Amino acid sequence: MAYISLPAHPLPYPAPMHIPDGFLSGPVAGVGYALAAVFVGIAVWRTNRSLGEKSVPLMGVAAAFIFAAQMMNFPVAGGTSGHLLGGTLAAILVGPWAAIVVMTSVIGVQGLMFQDGGLSALGFNVFNMGVITALVGYGVYYLAALFANGQRGWVLPTGIFVASWITVMLAAFATSIELAVSGTSPLHVVLPAMMGVHALIGTGEGLITAAAVTFVLATRPDLIEQPQRAAPQGGLS
Amino acid sequence: MKRGYLVLLLVGLGIALVVTLFSPLASSEPDGLERVAEDKAFVEKGKDAPYEVIADYAFPWVDNEDAATILGGVVGVVVVAAFVLALGLGLKALSRRAAIAGTKLAGPAPPASAGGKAGRGER
Repeated sequence: MAYISLPAHPLPYPAPMHIPDGFLSGPVAGVGYALAAVFVGIAVWRTNRSLGEKSVPLMGVAAAFIFAAQMMNFPVAGGTSGHLLGGTLAAILVGPWAAIVVMTSVIGVQGLMFQDGGLSALGFNVFNMGVITALVGYGVYYLAALFANGQRGWVLPTGIFVASWITVMLAAFATSIELAVSGTSPLHVVLPAMMGVHALIGTGEGLITAAAVTFVLATRPDLIEQPQRAAPQGGLS
Repeated sequence: MKRGYLVLLLVGLGIALVVTLFSPLASSEPDGLERVAEDKAFVEKGKDAPYEVIADYAFPWVDNEDAATILGGVVGVVVVAAFVLALGLGLKALSRRAAIAGTKLAGPAPPASAGGKAGRGER
């Protein structure tokens, strides 16, 4: 198999979409920590109030699966790979706020234990890949679920695909801004490059998320609360 | 935790562990950000982590690269799941205590073992 002949670690640091140390300036890294702290704080507070009986085991499963899936880099065009972020998947399974808790835990363990993502960049890694993805992914999924209105078919999977794809693009967009403000790469250089490659990676995110949710709906439909037009639950609450 | 949810947890963890078995097959090409950093020549600004535990998901002291990666993945799955479960159970215990404190005026708190529904304030 080809991968064996390749050098396993061609670069001196691990750098998936997780931002490594050195890419963000001190002030930018600080803003990242502040943003992450605010949103994770709200998420813990909201999760604390909304934990149902199935929430805790589902959160554990979501975290374990997303950690494992993030290791499975899939090839996209041009000698590039991508991997699942999982924020949309987590949000559909456990709700947006618990999803932020799940994603923060995954990204925190990756940074602290696996040296995937720099310590200085941990704040923005959590914000980009955990907060943005969970909140926006859930919002788009919510609209798609309202549109599908509990009916089987292609509406919901397509909506989930779109929701996931958008979150990857937004995470790439946010990362580009952070790199540009840090003076690492000018925006007109880094932004188009990031958006281009992540438009491809986002399709992988969309396919995996739609497949995973379809699998759960087929096997344990009771696990996923689908918003219905008849009983609106009030947006992100 | 109800038995049904314990089964759910074990099956879910099993799926995650099976996924890690395939981790040696993952693409080792640079990923999105890494590719852009190389193409746009800012990759050298990246710095090594100040310490290493299981860097690059390869468990140390294991020579076989595939085995090291799988082992790293298994350790990660277990640690992440344990952390989130502990956090979730802790938060749940906190909210239950708060709910019981909130219903004290209405009468004695229901036993905490009543099917996990304690503190909802039902009669």
